[in-house]
Amino acid sequence: MSAPGNPPAQRTSATTDSEQQNGATKAAGITAGRYIGQRTPRKEDPRLLTGRGQFVDDISLPGMLHIAFARSPIARGAIVSINIEVARDVPGVHAIYTQEDLASFKVDMISFFLVSPDIKTTPLADGRVAYVGEPVAMVIADNRYIAEDAASLVEVEYAEEDPVVSIGDARTGPIVHPGTEDNIASQMGEEEIEEELAAALKSAPHLITHKVVHQRISQSPMETRGVVVTREGAQELTLYITCQSPHLVARWVSLALGLPQTAIRVIAKDVGGGFGLKNHPWKEETAVILAALLFDRPLKWIEDRYENLTASCQAREQEMVLQVAFDNDGRLLASHGDYSVNNGAFPQLSESNIAVHMFLWAAHKMPAYGFLTRGWYSNTPGYAAYRGPWGMETLIRETALDVAARRIGIDPIEIRRRNLLRLEDQPTESCMQVQLEDITPAECLDKLLANFDVAEFRTEQEAQRKEKRYLGLGIATYIEPTGGAGSIPTMTGELAQVRIEPTGKVTATMSTHSQGHGTATTMAQIFADRLGVSYEDVTVFEGDSSRGGFSPGAAGSRQGVIAGGAAIMAADLLAARVKQLAAHVMDVTPELITMDDGMLRVEGNAEKSRSLAEIANIAYGEPDRLPAGFESGLEAQYRYQPPPMTFSSAANACIVEVDAGTGFVKILRWISSEDCGTAINPSVVEGQISGGLAQAIGMVLMEKVGFDERGNPTAATYKDYHLPAISDIPDFEFLHASTPSQSVGGMRGVGEGGAIIGVPTLVNAIADALVPFGEVPVELPLTPTKLLSVIEGRDLGEKPAGEQPVIAASQPVRVEVTPAVITTDESTAARIDGDWNMALSTPMGAQEMTGHFETSGEALSGYLSSPEGQMAFTGTVTGNKLQFDLRVVKPMKITLKYNLEVNGDRIAGKCKMGIMGSMKVSGQRAP
Amino acid sequence: MSTHNIEMTINGRRHTGAVEARVSLADFLRDGAGYTGVHLGCEHGVCGACTVIVDGRAVRSCLMLAVQADSSTITTVEGLAAPDGTLHTVQQTMMDEHGLQCGFCTPGIVMTMAALTAGGKKPTEAQLLGALSGHLCRCTGYQGIRRAAQRLTATDSREIRGGEE
Repeated sequence: MSAPGNPPAQRTSATTDSEQQNGATKAAGITAGRYIGQRTPRKEDPRLLTGRGQFVDDISLPGMLHIAFARSPIARGAIVSINIEVARDVPGVHAIYTQEDLASFKVDMISFFLVSPDIKTTPLADGRVAYVGEPVAMVIADNRYIAEDAASLVEVEYAEEDPVVSIGDARTGPIVHPGTEDNIASQMGEEEIEEELAAALKSAPHLITHKVVHQRISQSPMETRGVVVTREGAQELTLYITCQSPHLVARWVSLALGLPQTAIRVIAKDVGGGFGLKNHPWKEETAVILAALLFDRPLKWIEDRYENLTASCQAREQEMVLQVAFDNDGRLLASHGDYSVNNGAFPQLSESNIAVHMFLWAAHKMPAYGFLTRGWYSNTPGYAAYRGPWGMETLIRETALDVAARRIGIDPIEIRRRNLLRLEDQPTESCMQVQLEDITPAECLDKLLANFDVAEFRTEQEAQRKEKRYLGLGIATYIEPTGGAGSIPTMTGELAQVRIEPTGKVTATMSTHSQGHGTATTMAQIFADRLGVSYEDVTVFEGDSSRGGFSPGAAGSRQGVIAGGAAIMAADLLAARVKQLAAHVMDVTPELITMDDGMLRVEGNAEKSRSLAEIANIAYGEPDRLPAGFESGLEAQYRYQPPPMTFSSAANACIVEVDAGTGFVKILRWISSEDCGTAINPSVVEGQISGGLAQAIGMVLMEKVGFDERGNPTAATYKDYHLPAISDIPDFEFLHASTPSQSVGGMRGVGEGGAIIGVPTLVNAIADALVPFGEVPVELPLTPTKLLSVIEGRDLGEKPAGEQPVIAASQPVRVEVTPAVITTDESTAARIDGDWNMALSTPMGAQEMTGHFETSGEALSGYLSSPEGQMAFTGTVTGNKLQFDLRVVKPMKITLKYNLEVNGDRIAGKCKMGIMGSMKVSGQRAP
Repeated sequence: MSTHNIEMTINGRRHTGAVEARVSLADFLRDGAGYTGVHLGCEHGVCGACTVIVDGRAVRSCLMLAVQADSSTITTVEGLAAPDGTLHTVQQTMMDEHGLQCGFCTPGIVMTMAALTAGGKKPTEAQLLGALSGHLCRCTGYQGIRRAAQRLTATDSREIRGGEE
């Protein structure tokens, strides 16, 4: 059967057609040049295609020894004893270390935000284990074979305890980390829906309550984690490590270990994929670094796939319930989201993912939204990022819109059109105060529908259903925040340093880092274009912390946007210098000089011209011929600070057939219509989107990190953890809108979008196909077994009792307020007055502060002091309860509303921070 | 652990070594012979990154012991391009079609394509795509790999650059 709909759109349509200059062209977009906008071959390919790449396992140093870890076989319990004697006697073993041996180092296992963890996190297990696979001991041996032999002989006696595995377990089960009050790693928002919002939801003509369960995902880069560490002097460390930014690793190691960054060099020339797993070192990498300092020999650890699938940090595993209220025309009225994410035992950050809520309705005309968002500790591997970490917002919104459309009885495309912001609605601000100036999801949808005949598909769908063949169409739109810079300490601008060598060739060092992104290609395209030289004459260096400057590398779809802007600015600075010198040498004005093909020509005077190499030779070697005040050499650098955020938009469609006999899903067609502004290299852009879409297909149909009830991983190899193969992925068709962004060059980020929008696109197509049988519960992955249960009307009922509270908390809740017991009162002052050490839990980590309180009857006064300063307040006291407001202006204007309660020497409560929701406050009386 | 003397021809050069019986061919090629283009992605025969050509057939070198390859003739990805650096047809086609991103799975994919097209053979698209379904790539979504494969099949008459082995 041929794919329904009209003939495929041009598989690769150029981004540069003027008709695709979609709408507002107010910004600094650059038009296609000789290289920018072209499908230039990649600089990286010849080396990678001939086996000459340099990945971390390719590094071999004289005297290097190998490491294997002994890992916990249980999910939760105390370590009773460790016996290394038998293992140590294996010939070829040099040393075995446990946490006791590493304890002399003060290690702060900071997050990507450079914040200390809320819970004690050590490189090797310290007295207790908290997940199956947690490293307990490390063996240093002649080779990996011997190291693994010995690791299996490390004898550890455990006192096993019942583990907390799922989010449901975390709500009701035992405490994962002794000493904490509950299993909540991070929480924001309101525990009860605010009255006004609850009323708006309740009174709406249509209220949809929609639940999504997203399975746990292994990022699964084809190259596992790995590190080679060598100590080169008293404090000099060189690390070869698979990572997303050598600069970030150097900064992390410096801060985590308390070493001067000047002594650390991090090299990562080629990296086999990152996808969020390789943002910074974690337990194993840190243990190897410490072991290298202790043992004083170069050490190598290369994670094997079994370790990668079972003991590396993992991602997703979320549950969310979304309520959405509509009027009779399908227009949005109000919404509330209750989100939970499993953080595992030692997350790379305590994550409750505020971004899910920030962006959920940002592209829509949504009057009111409220939320509760929580991250939960469990006895499983820790949480880390995965491409589009906030992707739940698009998944739950887009699937809810389809459910609503079916419920209300309008077309799923129409319900989107009625609610999406269009360019003419902007600038505007979302109900979560996200500023929107130039998003184009509605316009991407228009473009998509102009290239796909929905009516024709519906006719064919109807005809096929009569033949008992079930076709489905899924549509989704989204926006994605990209190129973020300035809100988080590690999300900085990018640096470009470029020079024209005395030979006339161009070399540049960039703060970027490629794990397949092709930045050495796209940046070279920009330099060649802006400096008028051939692409072959430009070389871009990256992947070494001793070159370029700080940037987080591949994180948050940023490199094309920010580094692209930096490359343009640096190239233009350098071009101006070249022209100044050439004009001086040729005795004309700089405005008359053109740079092209490695030549400098004078407009209107064909006789006069010089090669770039001649001018470069003068610049470096003949100081007497330089203009007065001209710095010798031809070099420039620029660190580009872009607008705080740049949005990309997209609309996708896919068509599936679900086999009603087997539950098997076949993807027949997939069209991506995206707006990433200026595409430096459309093949690189499409490569990013395709890779993301393939990961989305994996999430919907195949991939799952599972655990049994004891917390044992059930997917330990690629035979159990199913990555999509070529036979699972269809041809993707691309449509490009190219609305230039506000950033220099007009680029928009494109790294994560496919992995975000692909998931609801495919889910919606499957749900559409199975409409004759009923709604498909969105519990990923949608395996044939699950789809058959819908088709055959069976309830497979994977509903553990622990899930109940999610639904309960998400209903409009009537709060029973018990009047506070007011005990009178000569002791109020004694109970409350004085100094309290308190901590405010924020997504950026715990903010420590001291509170000073003075009471006089029901009046409260005092101040809060923190390293940022001291702020006074007045408020009220009712019994044990304190209430006061603080107005702050940095980093944003916001009123902080504190509600605290004193019980003996403890103080606890909440601080409400405007749209950011409520955060926990806890503390005790200052000694 | 017993040690065995082995000898093989790798990329046209003679290599000898003394290996333990348990050493995989992949580890011998990487650590013993220095061909680090042989990549280990899973070490259990699923991802295909370690694929090399042993006596004319594409083989997962993580599932074969070095001692089993004694006396055999092996080609790794380092041995495909011409001595003057001209890329092999398969390599050139993968480059033309943007068939790679991080490049970690690439050597295995290239070796499977090279084995099936060796000596000017033109496999059908189904044969080539069937063989490639045994390779995992996490970056590309397989779009460029599929285009490259289609260009190497009998039904594609477009001229492609690059030299034969």
